[in-house]
Parts: sequence; structure tokens; C-alpha cells
Amino acid sequence: MKFVDEYRDPAAILALASRIRDEATQRWTLMEVCGGQTHAILASGLDSMIESAVELLHGPGCPVCVTPVETLDRAQALAALSDVMLCSFGDMLRVPGSNGNLFDARARGADVRVVYSPLDAVRLAAANPERRVVFLAVGFETTVPAVAAAVRHARARGLSNFWLLTSHVRVPPALAAILSAPETRIDAFLAAGHVCSIMGTQEYEPLVARYRVPIVATGFEPRDILEGVLLAVRQLERGQARVEIQYRRAVRPEGNPAARALVEEVFEIVDRPWRGIGVVSSGGLALRADWSAFDAERVFAELGEISALEPPECRAGDVLRGLLRPPACPEFGRGCTPERPLGAPMVSSEGACAAYYRYRPVDCLEASP
Amino acid sequence: MCLAVPGRVLECLERDGLRFARVDFGGVRKEICLETAPEAGPGDWVLVHVGFALRVLDEAAAREVCEALGVPEGRA
Repeated sequence: MKFVDEYRDPAAILALASRIRDEATQRWTLMEVCGGQTHAILASGLDSMIESAVELLHGPGCPVCVTPVETLDRAQALAALSDVMLCSFGDMLRVPGSNGNLFDARARGADVRVVYSPLDAVRLAAANPERRVVFLAVGFETTVPAVAAAVRHARARGLSNFWLLTSHVRVPPALAAILSAPETRIDAFLAAGHVCSIMGTQEYEPLVARYRVPIVATGFEPRDILEGVLLAVRQLERGQARVEIQYRRAVRPEGNPAARALVEEVFEIVDRPWRGIGVVSSGGLALRADWSAFDAERVFAELGEISALEPPECRAGDVLRGLLRPPACPEFGRGCTPERPLGAPMVSSEGACAAYYRYRPVDCLEASP
Repeated sequence: MCLAVPGRVLECLERDGLRFARVDFGGVRKEICLETAPEAGPGDWVLVHVGFALRVLDEAAAREVCEALGVPEGRA
């Protein structure tokens, strides 16, 4: 298919890998931000093709993985109410909370629905006026405009049985948190292309200026990723640090103005806890006061405080910050598998642990006792 | 989560007061919301995420990258 096949062409991919190996005079450490990129890298073996020139660290770009356990537990508590229909994206339902996941809640009789689009949740609310419909809204800046449009639509239709349990997160503050950590050894970032499709690249300029790291907005197909790596390596070899766009078919510096306006109207920037990482300053988005009638946490205040339990042996936080490779985790493939996960990265379709488990069976064998 | 798929706009339409389009994904056709990319029209390729168009894809801009890198374009 157009815009896909040409970015998977083996000849172009091999030529790019060879160019990267030729141009690197030392081994550079790059972090790809998005879990979708991580999966593409491991599925195609891109990391091994450029191993001599580049070490790829896997970043925190998995919204499902960084959604706090408290939010999942709150979603379960809401779903347990007899008149509540809880909707979210399929990926979110597999993630373990303190007491199983949302599929387990459904097995116990809760009304939990998988939706493809936030608008589907609005349609469910319109079609089921006797139910209280809560959409567990997770996702990076890529997803937020769709959720904003859905809430606007719910208001326009006069729906009074639709709410959001919001856990939206923003990428640039998380990169700032990673860069400011003393243990960081990242030479350059491949920024998440679809986040940049919406937000553009201007938010990265202060990071580049402050930390002197190249940031290349990069796509998701194998050729995209190697082009992003090559652009980053060229900057590093020349001693440069700039914001650059590899994913030009989908990213402009100013982003998507119509989508940004939707986000701006409905959401505001807040500090938000990221699972495994802690509170990220300005790291999230919450409904503005004008839209608080749609805030599930306000409306369902009767649920009170939720005390979440995180298995102490899960090192997802280190994985999400690029400090630990999944196969090096003592629990990987032993105490933690996709069937019995300790943390979210083992079950999310963008989780780094899930990527190694699926695409690197040899690593898994070595990890097993 | 941030997965997005390219598709070609067949026709624009309205649903419940929102801008929509019928979009073809290599034979599979779906109605996609255009509130996030109101400039899209028939024949345009859009990048679709959770039922919404993230933006219209820009083919000419894509070619610039190949030229800048000096690496051959892939076969479509």
C-alpha cells in the first residue's frame, strides 16, 4: 500500500544501515521515544543491523504503560458500579492493576467495553441513556484531539451520562525528566512521529538548547527509523544539536493547528504521575474547569481514595527510562510473562518487555533459569 | 496506542453535525472523523488514528528526505 510499502523496501533499509555503519566514527546511544518504534525496531531486527554504530535505548512512549495503577484501580471500582459502562481502548484492558485487569473485571460481571474511537464511547452513551458511560481516556498528544472532539460532541448532543477518566500524558516533559537524571547517557532522541504530527516540533527547541542533544521527529516504518538514526548520527558526528524532521510526510514544525485548537479548548497542562517514573512536572493534560462536568473523578467522588499496590519486583520504571533492558530484568520470562505480567510493559502492544518477549525468543531462553 | 494508518479519502460527508469522510485503507472502507483535519478532501491521503485523521500526508515533503540523505527511495 502507498505510504507503507516503500518504507519497508529491503534494499533501501540495507543501504541506510550500511550508511549508518560507515558514517559513525564511534558508537552512539540513541533513544527512540515511542513504543511503536521499539516494536518496529525489534520486529525488523534494525538494532542488530546497526549494532556496531548505535545502541538503541527504548523510551517511555507507551501511554498504557505509564498510566498510574491508581487510575486503573479507579476504573475497576467504577466498572463495578451496577449502572456504569466503562469504555477504553483494548490495550488498556490488559494492563494489570492492584487486583487483576479490566478483562478480569468484565469476567466478574462488570460492563466493560472495548472501543476503537472515543466517538464510539459517545455513541454508546447516546444509545444507552439509562447507563452512566465512563471513557478511560489514555494516550499521548496524538490521541488527545480525538478525545477533545468526542467531549465537545457529547456536550453538543446534550448528553448527561458521559464522563472521562483522564490519564493523558505529554512527551516533552518526560524527555526533560530523562535528560535531567544524573544516570542519563543519551546522545540523541528519535521523537515520536505521530505526537509531532499534532504538536509539531517547537516544544523540543528548549530541550535541544539546554541539553545539547539532537532530536529527530521520526516515523514508524523500518526505513523511517533508519533515516531518523542516520540524521541523528550525522548531527552527532558534526557536533551539532538541532531539532530535525525525518517524518516529513506527516510532520510540520507547527504541527496540526486544527487539532491543537481542539486540545487547547478542552484540556489544560497539569503535573501528572507516570507509572514507574513518578510525578512529571507539566507531564499531563486534564479537563479545563469549563469542562469539569465531564470529569469522572469529580462526579464519582463517592469512590474516595484508592490505595494502589505495585509489585515491588517490577522494574518497569527502569525499563521506561532506558536504564534497564527487559531481558536483564530478573523477572523477565520467569515471574513476568504476557500471560502473568507484573507490569504494563509486558502486555501493552507498545511495551518494551512485550517486544523482547515476542521478537527475541533467544533472549528469553537465556533469561530463563 | 499512537498507531496510525494511511488511507485515501473517497468522499466527505456529515454525521451528527461532525465532518466525516469515507476512507479507503487498501480495500477496507471506514468512516473517519475529519474534525482534526478539516482541510482533507477527496483524493487526499490521510493518516488515521482512533477514528480521526491526524493530518493530510504530504508526498512531496517525503521525497525531500530521501534526496537530503542521498539514499535511494524505496520501491512502492
